Amino acid sequence: MEVLLNKITTFGNALPGDITQGLIWGILAIGVFITYKILDFADLTVDGSLGLGGVVAVVLITNGVPVPLAIFIAFLAGCCAGLATAIFNTVLGIPGILAGILTQLALYSIYLDINGKANAPISVDKYPLVISSRYVTAGNDIADIIRTVGVALAFVAVIIAVLYWFFGTEYGMSIRATGCNSAMSKAEGINTKATTIVTLVLSNGLVGLSGAILAQYQGFADVNMGRGAIVIGLAAVIIGMVLGEVIFKKHFNFVAKLAFTVMGAVIYFIVLRVVILIGLSTDNTKLFSALIVAVFLAVPYLRSQYAVSFVRAGKKSAEYLARSGAGKGDN
Amino acid sequence: MLELHNVRKIFNRGSINEKSVLNGIDLILEEGDYVTVIGGNGAGKSTTLNAIAGVWPIDDGAVIINGQNVTGLSEHKRAKYIGRVFQDPQLGSAPAMEIQENLALAARRGGSRGLRWGITKREREEYREKLRSFDLGLENRLSDKVGLLSGGQRQALTLLMATLKKPEILLLDEHTAALDPKTAAKVLELTDKIIAEHNLTTLMITHNMNDAIKHGNRLIMMNDGKIIFDVKGEEKSKLTVNDLLKKFEQASGTKLNNDRMLLAGAETQSD
Repeated sequence: MEVLLNKITTFGNALPGDITQGLIWGILAIGVFITYKILDFADLTVDGSLGLGGVVAVVLITNGVPVPLAIFIAFLAGCCAGLATAIFNTVLGIPGILAGILTQLALYSIYLDINGKANAPISVDKYPLVISSRYVTAGNDIADIIRTVGVALAFVAVIIAVLYWFFGTEYGMSIRATGCNSAMSKAEGINTKATTIVTLVLSNGLVGLSGAILAQYQGFADVNMGRGAIVIGLAAVIIGMVLGEVIFKKHFNFVAKLAFTVMGAVIYFIVLRVVILIGLSTDNTKLFSALIVAVFLAVPYLRSQYAVSFVRAGKKSAEYLARSGAGKGDN
Repeated sequence: MLELHNVRKIFNRGSINEKSVLNGIDLILEEGDYVTVIGGNGAGKSTTLNAIAGVWPIDDGAVIINGQNVTGLSEHKRAKYIGRVFQDPQLGSAPAMEIQENLALAARRGGSRGLRWGITKREREEYREKLRSFDLGLENRLSDKVGLLSGGQRQALTLLMATLKKPEILLLDEHTAALDPKTAAKVLELTDKIIAEHNLTTLMITHNMNDAIKHGNRLIMMNDGKIIFDVKGEEKSKLTVNDLLKKFEQASGTKLNNDRMLLAGAETQSD
């Protein structure tokens, strides 16, 4: 009983931090949503552009660049990563998944070029960082906790508002059309290569931004910080979509989809905390992420398979024949 | 209005699958010409439409629309001159987007797409009115996703999209072939109405010889990547299905090999 109580207390103490982390990863998840759900492009650049955004922000801030400017440049760095993948895909004809993998691999070297080593620490004591995990742990002032969560929430809110506007514009609509029906889009005069490029640039810009905030939050950037990021992003998108469809049904509109993508990331980190408290080793968190995504992707498929199954049809036919007596003496 | 000069296309050039599908198409359409296109399987009907639309570059010849040589323009650049409806109802519209969004996309064909709002209130009213005249009950479903519509409704919507911004040329590629007979007749009636209303220059592929005779002011027959028969006006309206079959054998030296077309022809003969 005492053990359980202890764990609940630990969970409660960790909750603000988990929510904040979920919100920051939610920005990445929005980036994944844009490519994966809107453009229908599985973009693996994400794993590289997260660390790129992180290291660019850390190196710039430690070299005296103002924090907001550093974050903006991290966004642009992410944009460049997206542009590389977009050029591999649209100009050079390399399949989307492979194009993303190539950029992701190249970014590993670029990270080391920028920083010289794998880890890039940054201290909230020395620099005026926008956010830090220091202020959301147990024992902190409630005002500090609220402010930290609030900063992350503000970033998310502004991004959702801007994207709502953008995807409602003429150009944003042509991006949605490209992802939905590319043959029709060309027939309607949309330059689908251009829309693909813009979307990948925007998406990875957001991932770079997410990396810049995450590095400040956790107090360092690391060359491996993006490893498996795409899977966490996908988990967030999928959890968000499943949940949103249950709650909103037919009225699951664009803003709600973005909000629920972020919500998906938050839920992901809370669930992760729970399974760690139950006893999952932190070494196994990536295994857990992969399994979550696999399960959520598999369930709709398995359900549709079950709905139309030969095994069931066979059983039903046997039952019918037994009941009706047909199909015996017919030959 | 539309000129095709010696248009040629070979697919899979240099491989064992090499196939010469367009062998010198020459065709000149006057403004307001409504041309039905018939021919056997593999005659090059759809390929001709794709050559006009610029789905890929042609190997030889020229495509001229309204006096402008568009042979060197890619598909999306040419789109401003061309309205298209495909055979597959899935192809012509974006299923995950709303009816009004699809129309707004089509209304901007050939225009710039910037950061203005993607659909205005005034447009919405205009679309509602146009859909009302279609009499499909879509006027009150503007914000429904297109994926919820039936095949016939989607073809009608695509037809409206193709003509919302008056195209120099309208390309219809067996756009009623995937519909049930009753719906097909309705969409075809709608097609005639829209073409007449806007005096559209049109190329319509059909496998139904009866429809090919009944609709439009001109008929062309294709075989083996060439136009083998071209008839217009009164001469065209006097044609019978039998005439067409005979004409085909005469011009090509073989029997027509389009099963669907023969079936459609047989139906009308037994009437």
